[in-house]
Amino acid sequence: MAEFLQLVFSGLTVGVVYALVAMGFTLVYNASDVINFAQGDFVMIGGMGTVFLASAGIALPLAALIAVLAAVVVGLLLHRLAIEPARRATPVTLIMITIGASIFIKGVALIAFDKQFHSLPAFSGSDPIAVAGATILPQSLWVASGALALFAGLSLFLKKTLLGKALLATAANRLAARLVGINVAAILALAFGVSAAIGAVAGILVTPITLTRYDVGTLFALKGFAAAMVGGMGHPFGAIAGGLAIGLLEAFGAGYVSSTYKDAVAFLAILLVLFVMPRGLFGGRSVERV
Amino acid sequence: MMLAAAFTSRRGTLLLLVAVMLLVPLVAPSSFYLRVAALVWIFALAALGLTIVMGYAGQVSLGHAGFLGIGAYAVAIGPRHLALDPLLSLALGALLCGLVAYLVGKPILKLKGYYLAIATLGFGLIVALVLASESAVTGGPDGMPVARLSLFGWRVTGALTWYWVTAGALLLGALLALNVEASPTGRALRALHDSEIAAAGAGVDVASKKLAAFVIGAVYAGIAGALLALMNGLITPETAGFMHSIELVAMVIIGGLGSVTGAVVGAAFLVVLPQALTSLQEYEQAVLGLLIMVFMIFLPSGIVPTLRRLVLERAS
Repeated sequence: MAEFLQLVFSGLTVGVVYALVAMGFTLVYNASDVINFAQGDFVMIGGMGTVFLASAGIALPLAALIAVLAAVVVGLLLHRLAIEPARRATPVTLIMITIGASIFIKGVALIAFDKQFHSLPAFSGSDPIAVAGATILPQSLWVASGALALFAGLSLFLKKTLLGKALLATAANRLAARLVGINVAAILALAFGVSAAIGAVAGILVTPITLTRYDVGTLFALKGFAAAMVGGMGHPFGAIAGGLAIGLLEAFGAGYVSSTYKDAVAFLAILLVLFVMPRGLFGGRSVERV
Repeated sequence: MMLAAAFTSRRGTLLLLVAVMLLVPLVAPSSFYLRVAALVWIFALAALGLTIVMGYAGQVSLGHAGFLGIGAYAVAIGPRHLALDPLLSLALGALLCGLVAYLVGKPILKLKGYYLAIATLGFGLIVALVLASESAVTGGPDGMPVARLSLFGWRVTGALTWYWVTAGALLLGALLALNVEASPTGRALRALHDSEIAAAGAGVDVASKKLAAFVIGAVYAGIAGALLALMNGLITPETAGFMHSIELVAMVIIGGLGSVTGAVVGAAFLVVLPQALTSLQEYEQAVLGLLIMVFMIFLPSGIVPTLRRLVLERAS
C-alpha cells in the first residue's frame, strides 16, 4: 500500500507537468488548429532561463519572472515569424514548421546555455514529508499547487475577462469571431503567449525535481502531446485528465513492470485508449463531416 | 523540353535519376563524397517508402524510423545471434517490417490526422526503446557491430562499391514506386488521399489499400535500414529514434509530397546539409532548425513541385 501511494505521488507530480504542457497544446490548437511541437521547449526556457539568471546573481523570484517573460517573447515571435506567414499551409507542413522551430530553439539554447544538466534549489527545503508510509517532496506540493493556481487562473481568464471570452469565441468559430469584431490575429498571438507562459512556469516548478537541460523539451512535448490526444484534442479537461493519466501510468509502469519500459507502458496505454475511443477520452463520438 | 519531361513522365524521372547516379562518381573529389552520396540513396529509399504512405495514401507516420531500426537490427542480429547469412537477414528483416506494419497498421490506420500521428509516434518510440533496452541482444544504447555483407563470396566493401549497391537499390525502389503510382492501387490511394468517403463510395476498399501502402512503406524503410547498417558496420538505437522519424517526414515534405523525385531531392537536402553544417559546430542544430522552418514557410509545397511549376511555365 505504501509503495502504491508512493507511485501515486510521483505519478501525479510528473502528471501535473504533462497536464500543463497539454494545456498549452490545447490552447494553441483551439485558437489556431496548430499543434505546436515547440511547446516542450517553453518548459526548457523556463527552467534553464531561471537557472542561468539565478547563477548570474539575480534573486530567484525575479529570475523566474524574467524567464517566463522570455518564454512569452519566444512564443509571440514564433507565432509572428513562423506561424502567421504560413497560415494557409497544410497541417503536416505546420507541424514541420513547429518541429523546425523546436530544433532551432534547442540549437540556440545549446549556444546560449550549455550541454550540462542543471537544477534549482527546492523552493522550501527538500525534507520529504511522510504520508501514510509513503513520502512526498515539498517541491511536489509546489508543483501541484502551482498547477492548480494556473488552471484556476486560466479558467477565470477564459470565463470572466473579455479577452478570454474572445479567445473562446475564436476557438469556437474563427469566422464568426471575426464578424463580431474580434481581432483574430491578436487572439492567436495571445494563445501562443499564454501557452508559452504556462510551459515556462511548469518548467520552473519541476526543475528542482527532474533537472533541466537544453533538450528536455522534446520529451515534455511528446508526453504533453500524448496527454492532449488521450484526453481528446482541444478539451481542457481532457488535457488535465490525460496528463495525470500518463503520469500515473508511467509511475505504475516503472514501479510494477520495469523502469526501462515506463515510456512504452504509457504509449501502449495511449494506443489502447485510442483503439477504444478514437477521439480520446473526452473527444466524443467519432463523426466525420463530408 | 527535356527538363519538362523529366518532371512529368515516369521514364523521365528514372532517366534523370540514372543520369545523376552516373555523374556523381565522376565529379566526387574523394571517397568521402561517395559515402555521403550513398547515404543520400539509402535515405531516399526510406523516404520513398514514406512517400507511398504520406504522399500517395495521405497517412501521417511520425514513427517510420521504427522500421528503419527493425531492418537495421535484423542484419546485425541475424548473423551474430542466429548465424544467418547477412543477405538472408536483410530479406527476413524486410519481411519482419512488413509483418509488423501489417499487425500495427491494421488497428492504428483506423485513426485519422493527429490521432494517427500520435499512434505512429508511439510505435516508433517503443521500437527505439526496445532496441536500447534489450542489451543482451542489441548491445543496448551503445549499439552493436554489423558483420560485412558478402555476395556469393564477393565482399561488399569500399565507398564506390557501396555507392553502386545503394544506387541500384534506390533505382529498383523508384521503379517499383513509380509503377505503384500508376497502378490501380496507386489511383485508389490518391482517391482516398483526396477523400476517403468519396473513394469508398467509388468502390475503393479504403482500409486494405491504406494498409497495403503502410506495409510497402515499411518494407522500403526496412531495406534502407539494413543497407545503412551494412554500410556503416555499426548500428545504434538512435536509428529508430524520434529525430530520425522527423527527418524522414521532413525529407518527404521538403522535397515535395507525393513524388519520387521529391523524396530523392528531400533526402539529398537533409543528408548533405548536416555534413555541410558540421563546420559550424555548435551552430549546426540552430541552422538546421532555421532552414527547416524557412523551407516550410516559403516553399510549403516542397522543392520539386515548385521547380516543376517554374519549368512547366517556361516550357509553355
